[in-house]
Amino acid sequence: MKTKSNIERILESGEFVVTSECGPPRGADPEVIRRKGALLKEVVDGVNVTDNQTSVVRMSSFASSIILKEMGFDPILQMVCRDRNRIAIQSDILGAAALGINNILCLSGDHQKFGDHPKAKNVFDMDSIQLINTVKMMRDNGRFVGGEEVNGRPRLFIGAAANPFADPFEIRAARLAKKVKAGVEFIQTQCIYNVKKFEQWMEMVRVRGLHEKCAILAGVTPFKSVGMARYMKNQVPGMDIPDEMIERLGGMPKEKQSEEGIKICLETIQRLREIPGVRGIHIMAIEWEEKVAEIAKAAGLLPRPQLT
Amino acid sequence: MIVGNRKSFEEILEMIKPYRRVLLLGCNECVTVCAVGGEREVGVLASELRLWSAKEGQELEIREHTIERQCDHEYIDQIRSFVDEYEVILSMACGAGVQYVAEQYRTRIVLPAINTTFLGVTLEQGVWSERCQGCGTCILDKTGGICPIARCAKSLLNGPCGGASNGKCEVDKETDCGWQLIVDRLKELGQLDQYEEIIPIKDWSTSRDGGPRKRVREDSRL
Amino acid sequence: MRLHYPTNVKIAKIPCTGRVDNLLILKAFESGVDGVYLAGCLEGECHFLEGNLRARKRVEYVKSLLDEVGLGGARLEMYNMSSAQGQRFAEVAREMTEKIRALGPSPVRKKVKG
Repeated sequence: MKTKSNIERILESGEFVVTSECGPPRGADPEVIRRKGALLKEVVDGVNVTDNQTSVVRMSSFASSIILKEMGFDPILQMVCRDRNRIAIQSDILGAAALGINNILCLSGDHQKFGDHPKAKNVFDMDSIQLINTVKMMRDNGRFVGGEEVNGRPRLFIGAAANPFADPFEIRAARLAKKVKAGVEFIQTQCIYNVKKFEQWMEMVRVRGLHEKCAILAGVTPFKSVGMARYMKNQVPGMDIPDEMIERLGGMPKEKQSEEGIKICLETIQRLREIPGVRGIHIMAIEWEEKVAEIAKAAGLLPRPQLT
Repeated sequence: MIVGNRKSFEEILEMIKPYRRVLLLGCNECVTVCAVGGEREVGVLASELRLWSAKEGQELEIREHTIERQCDHEYIDQIRSFVDEYEVILSMACGAGVQYVAEQYRTRIVLPAINTTFLGVTLEQGVWSERCQGCGTCILDKTGGICPIARCAKSLLNGPCGGASNGKCEVDKETDCGWQLIVDRLKELGQLDQYEEIIPIKDWSTSRDGGPRKRVREDSRL
Repeated sequence: MRLHYPTNVKIAKIPCTGRVDNLLILKAFESGVDGVYLAGCLEGECHFLEGNLRARKRVEYVKSLLDEVGLGGARLEMYNMSSAQGQRFAEVAREMTEKIRALGPSPVRKKVKG
């Protein structure tokens, strides 16, 4: 094992992994994190901590990860390239590793246009693939981007995101191959609704043997209502939601829609688990964290292996 | 060419408010081609200012003058004989022109009438589009002749990001995803294998990040 | 037809409204007129294909300039009519005259320094 990561350990043992995420609050109250964390206790193997997601200012991913670490979780520190240059990024990597964070998820980051500070200057000194490689070089070669030696290597398990549905589809597997080449060890995908298209993507991934070089955790997000499904289909970039799914939700009375949303999510999880190469599930219950335990249980994903 | 947008009339009025004698200086180069600061635009802004001053009963003398290039001091020299008759020079050139005029006439106040925006091309009459950010290290050989620095909203060197949809950028549905363009072009050129190569982290020191830049060509110096 | 139209309308003849440049309209206002309107051919019947359509776009643009300087874009209009519509010509002349009269004299009248 290259790190002390709980996810790495479970993956090495050949077991299925379950992760979820925790969005930090728009304020300095640590209790918000603790409350959200409590809902995920003994339900997941690792918790992603988002980094100013959708470019809205929130408590830092780093600080929130430490709060979760204190609660006994194995946090997955999300890091975007939008807000930091290579100096700040490498500095945060060292700091995170020093404080016992074992996982990092390397992302480009949403454009600031979508957030609460659309007038901000963005950085993008490096992109997600270069960030993966930066962590890898620091950890395995003991070198900073600038070439100097790292004294005390950061033992981080390296993850990244993949959107199997974004355009152009034909280079989606090639792009994952680049991430693997850069050193990624696990992948969490964008929320999957179009399982058929995801299967096509996995086929392309298997043809290249990428599923053996990195663990693919399939992402799911339950719909709370047909309104949410429509919003995600029309407003969220890179989403692929089949019309049948929207019709199915829309066909239900309003008070039954969230229940149906969970049902769709469970069916999706079952189908995803049968796809060769899928090594885990990443449950993103947006502002609905209390449902993660219910979904994990109903999907037969519990109990989780003990943290060592 | 260098492309710009004219500042709003209100903003221009706010700048020139304290002055009565204004030299409105156009430039015959890029800003003429992108229809923002050449002789015609000088004429329109001057006319607007005269109409405004007549309406307000405000005394305002405007002299219209357009020179070949505001980025060459030989041309800027051509206004030396009358520049002192004006309190202020309102330049319709790009930011480079505005500054160079100010450098040549250190006691004149020089104000910008346009916001300089980008290095671009003419897509069609009346439409201009960004192509280059002058980063100082061109990688167009690796990206099918399409620049990811200028044409990807995140300047990703290994794009596209997950936000691209139907070939459009997540930032604006009207804007092409730069990486979609790159992939399409590489495919047309039969060079899609180039996409598999990771473009390494960029040396930004040749860009503005390295400080103000200068180019010297010894053999052509006098 | 011996139609009557208001005598305050002064006609400037041009080969096509497509010839009308933004500055030409502004210069007319600088000379002190209270309003300007362009009488172009019917849309789709421009002898030069789209001169009248271009003129309309320019009129819209100059209206925005007139708003900026405080004269008001309403002092400028674009009309379309064919050379066979004498009635329409007289009607528009009356309509525009009434409209401009309601707006009052141009605030820049005779005050622009040449």
